[in-house]
Amino acid sequence: MKRSMLVTAIAAALLSTGCAPPRGGATPGTTAVSVTAEPAPKVTRIEPGEGAREKIQEALLDSEEGETIELAEGTFAIDQTLSLFDTAGVTIRGAGMDKTILDFKGMISGAGGEGLLVKADGFTLRDLTVQDTQSDAIKIEGGHGIQMIGVKALWTAGPSTKNGGYGLYPVQCHDVLIDGCEAVGASDAGIYVGQSENVIVRNSKAHENVAGIEIENTTAADVYDNESYGNTGGLLVFVLPDLPKKDGRQCRVFNNRIHDNNTENFGAEGSIVSTVPAGSGVILMASDEVEVFDNEIADNQTANLMLISYQSTGRPINDPNWDPYAEGIHIHDNRFSGGGNQPTGPLIDELAQVIGGTFPDILYDGLVDDAKRVDGDLPPEYAVVIHDNGDANFINFDMAATLAGGVPVVSYDLAPHQGEGAKLPAVVIEGVE
Amino acid sequence: MHRVMPLPATTVPAQAVPAQKVLAPLTDQSQYRQGGRHRRGNAVSWRRCWHVLVMAAVCCAGCGRPQAPQPEGAATQAPAKKFTWPARLSEFDLFESVLPTSPAGSQGSGPFVLAKGVTPYGLNTPLFSDYSWKYRHVRLPDGAQATYHGDAAFDFPDGTVLAKTFAYPDDMRRDDSTVRLIETRVLVKHDGEWQATAYLWNGQQTDAELARAGHVSQVSWIHDDGSPRELDYLVPNVNQCKGCHQTAEHDIMPLGPKGRNLNGDFSYAAGTANQLAHWQATGILAGLDEPIDAAPRAAVWDDTATGDLAARARAYLDVNCAHCHNPAGAARTTGLDLSLTQSEPARIGVWKTPVAAGRGAGGLLFNVVPGKPDESIVLLRIYSLEPQVMMPELGRRMIHDEGVELIRQWIASLDPGAGVPDTPGGVQPNVDSQPVDAG
Repeated sequence: MKRSMLVTAIAAALLSTGCAPPRGGATPGTTAVSVTAEPAPKVTRIEPGEGAREKIQEALLDSEEGETIELAEGTFAIDQTLSLFDTAGVTIRGAGMDKTILDFKGMISGAGGEGLLVKADGFTLRDLTVQDTQSDAIKIEGGHGIQMIGVKALWTAGPSTKNGGYGLYPVQCHDVLIDGCEAVGASDAGIYVGQSENVIVRNSKAHENVAGIEIENTTAADVYDNESYGNTGGLLVFVLPDLPKKDGRQCRVFNNRIHDNNTENFGAEGSIVSTVPAGSGVILMASDEVEVFDNEIADNQTANLMLISYQSTGRPINDPNWDPYAEGIHIHDNRFSGGGNQPTGPLIDELAQVIGGTFPDILYDGLVDDAKRVDGDLPPEYAVVIHDNGDANFINFDMAATLAGGVPVVSYDLAPHQGEGAKLPAVVIEGVE
Repeated sequence: MHRVMPLPATTVPAQAVPAQKVLAPLTDQSQYRQGGRHRRGNAVSWRRCWHVLVMAAVCCAGCGRPQAPQPEGAATQAPAKKFTWPARLSEFDLFESVLPTSPAGSQGSGPFVLAKGVTPYGLNTPLFSDYSWKYRHVRLPDGAQATYHGDAAFDFPDGTVLAKTFAYPDDMRRDDSTVRLIETRVLVKHDGEWQATAYLWNGQQTDAELARAGHVSQVSWIHDDGSPRELDYLVPNVNQCKGCHQTAEHDIMPLGPKGRNLNGDFSYAAGTANQLAHWQATGILAGLDEPIDAAPRAAVWDDTATGDLAARARAYLDVNCAHCHNPAGAARTTGLDLSLTQSEPARIGVWKTPVAAGRGAGGLLFNVVPGKPDESIVLLRIYSLEPQVMMPELGRRMIHDEGVELIRQWIASLDPGAGVPDTPGGVQPNVDSQPVDAG
């Protein structure tokens, strides 16, 4: 992709989505000039019916910078992956989330299996549904300036291991907005942002997925005003090993409703989310600098919130330079209720033998990287700070002792976790209010 | 917007495919070959000029005319990234006519009378393509030469056309069976970069139409074992071409014509000859300075006379997997390198744990467990038709029973005691900047 086209591309994408214009300042002004210098962007309109897939694919192959491809109301029967490579600033726009349906039910195998595969900058997808793809519904790789607005990824059969992995799936992208979207039935994660930077996920819904919303190995993400319910796990902030982007940090999770995530795990054997216990609300794993606040977290039957390091998964770590610890965590001002009343899962069963049959709202494995201690104490930037969460209860289940083959000394004491805690800065994406 | 001609849902009966001249009506595009229409000046749009330039490069290269001059105006504009293709395959002038049968069955140059300057070729071990019969042809510009590489694709000059035609016979047991042409995939080298597309053969089998967006064709045939087979055959779209042909440096690179895979006999019309020797003799290959007997030579995967079990299995894995699974390929982050030249057992999967295979691992722990094919992820994946599990991801819709059996035998033959790791996960992944699915 040509970075030289980037500014124009992103500006064009923003304008064509009808978003509010960029806030004042020199840089947005520059982008406006470069857009007005271009000829009017091309618009291609395609109706459902015979040959629609070919028409859409040809439009994508022939797309010009800044082009809008309008998909009319109706159901498009699509039997192969639609793909856009390289052309910057393309928008695909439907007539409404439930009005324009790209139906991949008749998809043939051997063609990759994604619904939409995009490797381009400044891409916008809005106002349509992508349903029943063999693998990921919408995969966007390596793009700068990506927006999904009013988009639904759906598997109509409900939870099934045969469903595709990810619903909305930007990976290795920069400046990503997911707004007013919905994901239902993904056998991995419904809304999944991987290895990306500068991300906003808001006003969206995820239900009946294994993981509702997952932010993985991503830096600077704001996740707010979403509802995640009826999944196996509601909202995950993970960092996993062996990926090109090794770390994840600066994630804010706030004003979300994360409740009733009690669906039996239907993830495929071998996938990391297949190990997520049913009944998990929020799971923070191995991620750094995460602030979780002002959320309503309720009725997740294993635990409303789990905070763990990667070692607690029992999985091997191949890369000695990779950091498996969750550090710099700030959990405050959330409203917890219900949940913890029916914990399930293999590791959870072992844990239940230690702490009993009803789990507290907040489960913490207590793992700390001793190498980071200074004079015996962990510097504040690595601390886990938990405060002002109403009457939420807490346990540190001392995974370190378990891993060492000893007897864990559990603690219900939040006193070691008092403190100021860091307030993370808001994510700013140029042109997004 | 071109039309994609739908194909009938059944195989074409033999009598419906008379030997006939492939003679598409002259189109605007074919006229470009005849002269300097692009010199008319102002009336011709820049876009058309560009088209003329492209056509001139493609066609003049083939018929020996000098390359067209740069049209006025084009110099000040960046060349369009997208290459403009002729609407019909016939405009490449590769084939004078199409025959109803292929004289040498699945081998040889196929059911074609070749135009002058077109060289048919074959590969020692080809990619498995759902049992289709494949015919490969190359045409270099007059007097031009490809530069030899033993373990990489040759360097071809601008104007080179590589064409691969996919076909199904009515009956695979008979070399004289009627052959139905499905598609011809064309690579053209233009301005230093390769371009790729597919052309879809019409029901009359007289010509093939440009099909950049891909297509599904219903095919059926009697298989080698006498059983009837059916398949929704997939013609790839242009982006899918890149799925296999893309490298770190180029959108598209040829995969087949490597020295080691061309170093074998081919049945030419004039008789059987070693392909490298033939290319040298006809003047289209330079740079092969060693005796052909000493040049790298890939085994023929199903011919025990050409190599032992390991050599044939590795040749098969190389051609079917290593376009992604190589140290610079799309699957490099997996750390699995199935290139023929890789000699480190762990890198070809022996006792190697998957990096981010997810469901693709099917709960198995290692890519290759010596002596235990059924515990090896490599076998699981080539035996699968399930999306997100099956390998390769593109271009295969059937299980290649014979290929799977070859790999099964190879894994079974490996010494179970060799290189057993002390603990799982002892092999370091090769991780860099490519995206992979993870969680």
